[in-house]
Amino acid sequence: MAVAVKRHRKLKPGDVIFRLVNGLIMLATIVVMIYPFWNTIAISFNDAQDTLRGGITLFPRVFSTYSYETVFKNDLMLTAAINSVVRTLLSTVLGVAVSALIAYVLSRRELIGRRFITAYFLVTMYISAGLIPTYFLIKDLHLLNNFLVYVIPGLVSVFNVIVVKSFMQELPDSLTEAAMVDGAGYFRCFWQIVLPCCKPVLATVALWCAVGAWNQWFDTFLYASSKESLTTLQYEMMKLLSSSMQTGRDESSIFGSDQVTNTVTPASIRAAVTIVASVPILVVYPFLQKYFVKGVTLGAVKG
Amino acid sequence: MKDKLKRLAGQKVLYFMIVPCMIYTFIFSYYPLSGWIMAFQKYRPAKGYAGSEFVGFDQFIFLFTDSEFWKAMRNTLAMSLMNLFFGTVLAIIFALLLNELRMQGFKKFTQTASYLPHFLSWIIVTSLVADMLASDGMVNQLLMGIGLTKSPILFLGDEKYFWWVATFANVWKETGWNSIIYIAAITGIDPTMYEAAELDGAGRFKKMWHVTIPGIKSTIVVLLIMNLGWVLNTSFEVPYLLGTGMLQDVSQTIDIFVLKYGMSIGNYSLATAAGIFKSVISLILVFGTNAFANRLGESSLM
Repeated sequence: MAVAVKRHRKLKPGDVIFRLVNGLIMLATIVVMIYPFWNTIAISFNDAQDTLRGGITLFPRVFSTYSYETVFKNDLMLTAAINSVVRTLLSTVLGVAVSALIAYVLSRRELIGRRFITAYFLVTMYISAGLIPTYFLIKDLHLLNNFLVYVIPGLVSVFNVIVVKSFMQELPDSLTEAAMVDGAGYFRCFWQIVLPCCKPVLATVALWCAVGAWNQWFDTFLYASSKESLTTLQYEMMKLLSSSMQTGRDESSIFGSDQVTNTVTPASIRAAVTIVASVPILVVYPFLQKYFVKGVTLGAVKG
Repeated sequence: MKDKLKRLAGQKVLYFMIVPCMIYTFIFSYYPLSGWIMAFQKYRPAKGYAGSEFVGFDQFIFLFTDSEFWKAMRNTLAMSLMNLFFGTVLAIIFALLLNELRMQGFKKFTQTASYLPHFLSWIIVTSLVADMLASDGMVNQLLMGIGLTKSPILFLGDEKYFWWVATFANVWKETGWNSIIYIAAITGIDPTMYEAAELDGAGRFKKMWHVTIPGIKSTIVVLLIMNLGWVLNTSFEVPYLLGTGMLQDVSQTIDIFVLKYGMSIGNYSLATAAGIFKSVISLILVFGTNAFANRLGESSLM
């Protein structure tokens, strides 16, 4: 590529300056992207009273894990963490299964009514009934204050179906034809031949489902906020942030005033919860980045 | 006919697989549309759809004469268009600059770092942005450090900054991610084009302008048009969580309007009417922009 051409040429001063400036811009970008998060980590591990003096940047000044201890000793937070994990696992497994199933059927060219059925699903990407009618539906289905509200309503993602379907359509026809001739039914073809070939795209979809479910808070807020046992980490985080915004300073509502002692402050709690609520993603994402990236290009081209 | 029935019978397994999913989709996506009736009623939950009084287009008329609704519309459009503009421009610039990096390790690391905020939830991002823009936050410290301002700027408490705060949050979260598609498009440009330009004596910026940008033009146009279709779907969390109190005049979007009238005030009919208005405009935009893209000769989006 262009790189190879460049190497044989002598560097002009303009090139040197450009590369230097460009490198600096990129360095600044890295700082802007990472620093806020890094700073939050430092604050979460710093002594809360000491943080109030300000000036915490990259590292804790007075190391303390008390904020985390307070968070993990709080029953509500523990419930929230468990709910977040369980809903993420369930949504991911079921979401992938359903996407693969629909995608498989829609990718069968011989399917009678294929155009209609495809359109039937596609339309729902563009038309949504909106907040209030959906709320009434959830209510009528008795999903209000019910754990299933985290799993059932978001089960079918048409976008994911399209991504999986376009992957399946690129598999060679001979793959399934041979099996069908040998007497395998549609379901066995799906289960034993098509699914194993789709592992990369299923991994992509699984990651989308997992990140989406983990980061979700609006359904807790709308459908389950009156039942504490159904709270989630993101929702608790929202409550912390919301109260700190409304009063102009951090004031945590869930950690009663007796708990906000010399050792923790609402700001330190919020920092600790921020980290707890994002650690699973941080741990996973550098390794799985390529799947995400592959997916976004696929989705944009085919979607 | 008989032949078709035979084929249908052969495909019964496929139908066993798809019909439950279709029923599910009917329940969760099609059936709720019947709730749109509410917008033409004075809906009372106790009376149901059948017992509530029909009022024709009264809710819509009220909506269109309500200054609060138009303000919400204005805020939604302003924040969305600002996001769209700055999001696109910065993502393209970022992709161009990244493409010029020669050290592969550094390039990879920059990319990885820039995707990070995309994976964090909007709640976390809003919280981080609030900290960044606080009076003792990173941005103010930087501005004071280089002497641009003497006292901290209250970004979060002033109406005139609010749209910029929302744009900043969006740009911070999504620029790296949005650049992926442009980086992919740049990679797809034929290297001989660059060599030819070089032989013609084009410098670095000339090559960017005359080779790279035209090479990714169709990607830019398609993405711009596609995003224009979703322009009423601005992010909810930043306006909702940061735009409290006095800021509501500039922060309330249509989604927040619907939430407020529907869930807090209990005026379901008005909230549904506002929701319908948004859906219909969105639909027109999506299909309109798609038709427009087709006429431009770009590949269809749907």
